[in-house]
Amino acid sequence: MAQACVMIFFGAAVLRASVTDLYLRYVKEGLRPFLIAASLLLIAVAVMTLWYELRPYADAPEDRNDAEDPSSGNRRQSDEQSTSGSTAEDLHDEHAHHEPRVAWLLLLPALGLLLLAPPALGSYAAGQAGTALTAEQDYGYDYPPLPAGDPATTSVFDYAARALFDKGQSIGNRRVQLTGFITPGPDGQPILARMILSCCAADGRPVKLGLAGDVPTGLANDTWIQVTGRYTDRVTRDPINDEEIPYIDVESWRQVTAPKDPYE
Amino acid sequence: MAASEPTTSSSASTAADDPATLDAPGDAHATAPTLDAAQHDRAQPSRFPFAGRIGSVEILAAVLVLLIFLRDPLARLLSAPSLATWTTVFVSVMVQAVPFLVFGVLLSAAIAVFVPRSFWARALPKHPALAVPVASAAGVILPGCECGAVPIAGSLIRRGVTPAAALAFLLAAPAINPIVLVATAVAFPNNPEMVLARAVASLIVAMVMGWLWLRLGRADWIRLPRRPDLDGLRRGEAFWSAVRHDVAHAGGFLVIGAMAAATINVVVPEQWLQTLADQPVLSVLALAGLAVLLSICSEADAFVAASLSQFSLTARLAFLVVGPMVDLKLISMQAGIFGRRFAARFAPATFTVAVAVAVITGMVLL
Repeated sequence: MAQACVMIFFGAAVLRASVTDLYLRYVKEGLRPFLIAASLLLIAVAVMTLWYELRPYADAPEDRNDAEDPSSGNRRQSDEQSTSGSTAEDLHDEHAHHEPRVAWLLLLPALGLLLLAPPALGSYAAGQAGTALTAEQDYGYDYPPLPAGDPATTSVFDYAARALFDKGQSIGNRRVQLTGFITPGPDGQPILARMILSCCAADGRPVKLGLAGDVPTGLANDTWIQVTGRYTDRVTRDPINDEEIPYIDVESWRQVTAPKDPYE
Repeated sequence: MAASEPTTSSSASTAADDPATLDAPGDAHATAPTLDAAQHDRAQPSRFPFAGRIGSVEILAAVLVLLIFLRDPLARLLSAPSLATWTTVFVSVMVQAVPFLVFGVLLSAAIAVFVPRSFWARALPKHPALAVPVASAAGVILPGCECGAVPIAGSLIRRGVTPAAALAFLLAAPAINPIVLVATAVAFPNNPEMVLARAVASLIVAMVMGWLWLRLGRADWIRLPRRPDLDGLRRGEAFWSAVRHDVAHAGGFLVIGAMAAATINVVVPEQWLQTLADQPVLSVLALAGLAVLLSICSEADAFVAASLSQFSLTARLAFLVVGPMVDLKLISMQAGIFGRRFAARFAPATFTVAVAVAVITGMVLL
């Protein structure tokens, strides 16, 4: 029965994370309906278990005597008689016996989600991995024009890809606006980074972008900022995987709150 | 029957049975009488509500209350960047796996309850050596990652499918299904041959392992955890019982694997790998080992492989072939579902075959 509680707990933790925006710290947005369905199913499984387990307490005591007969032949017989009480009692016995102890571990992710709600990957993770834009991802196609507006709002990934693989041609002289967090660059200067996910935070990889011009100073790591600037052909190399990190020529920047979806 | 009789017999058998249950949750060797006696032990708490019940619901409640008070110190403790990243990766591996786990478990319970045993005899070729390639190719139809495949393979073995075929399916399904292959194509836009190489190499590994099992495998290495005898139950009850059991089992071992993967993710900086990238043999082994340690979902591993651009395509192919077949999370789940003796042999063998096949495929195709 305790394990049914653990499962309800775990299911509820996932459900809570997926109906709020908490899940976006860990997985892609597209997983949400599946998360909701799966967590509801988890709760349903636990509720069904509890229902089958608690039912015998309400049944007449003679049913229980049936189930306690040590010879399995009699037990099978009582099943065949299909008295609902003894069937449920059998199931109850076996549940109790077969509850795998390892299932208690499901408490850990549930507690992690409910009590701690760990933050999205930030500058620590970004500092451990090489920039995600590698020369191989140079698709070689022409980049579409930037979205309308001045400045044009785009993603760190999009700007970095245009800067590296398109040599800034599709950016031209336009102003762009990007949002990311501060992390120390290869030379110790602050750079802009944004993590990209393909599945979950375990495969999160940083897109790094050097800051030139009006470089923000005095900001703590993991501070989210919105940067407005223009293309520059300056690049540096990420020592971690020896790939190029492009720069943006910052005209202005301002501190912002972390976006709803911290990943790109 | 006298009400006191089961009580005395059960207290005697408690001492004999419980250590065994603790040591080998997958023990399938208990004889029927022992099993019955053991069941009656556990039935006792329901008769004496306060005797045996401290240790389950009460402890759970106490732990939860305690944790609510300890929340702030705990949160402070985990606010160090490395520990926070560990927690984030751990929680996200679990959250990401939940839909696949639940889906896989539902499918495996449906196989166990609603598909008659005779179906598998008809669906697969009679000869086990022929059933292996058919089962490997059938992996195409399971759109998911490896977490769901383990309980399904366990369920197939329970239903009388030859273990060699079920294991071939277990290895092939997470690697060659359409979602994974499309993800691979997207991750390697300039190297479409990666998709072909991955599918071919993974299929070959699955079949080789299936045939190896036919030659060398021993049935007693596999110890499926006992679960309620479903045949005696009505279908609805049997279904829920199977689902609950598999979620508890596979989910619990998934937690162990997720913790291991989070540790590796935080402890091993990518820079270490840089020094290995230029050496052809070491780089293959390094990425194959990394695939085992990182335990990334097979739908995402191609993107990680793509970002490891300093490595040769062959080394990254090894990463993609090994990852869905052998990783910490899978080893943990396999130990839980099939038993430790099985996992201790199967995982190293699969690793060796996968690396060898990946290298040969890489030389031919890449």
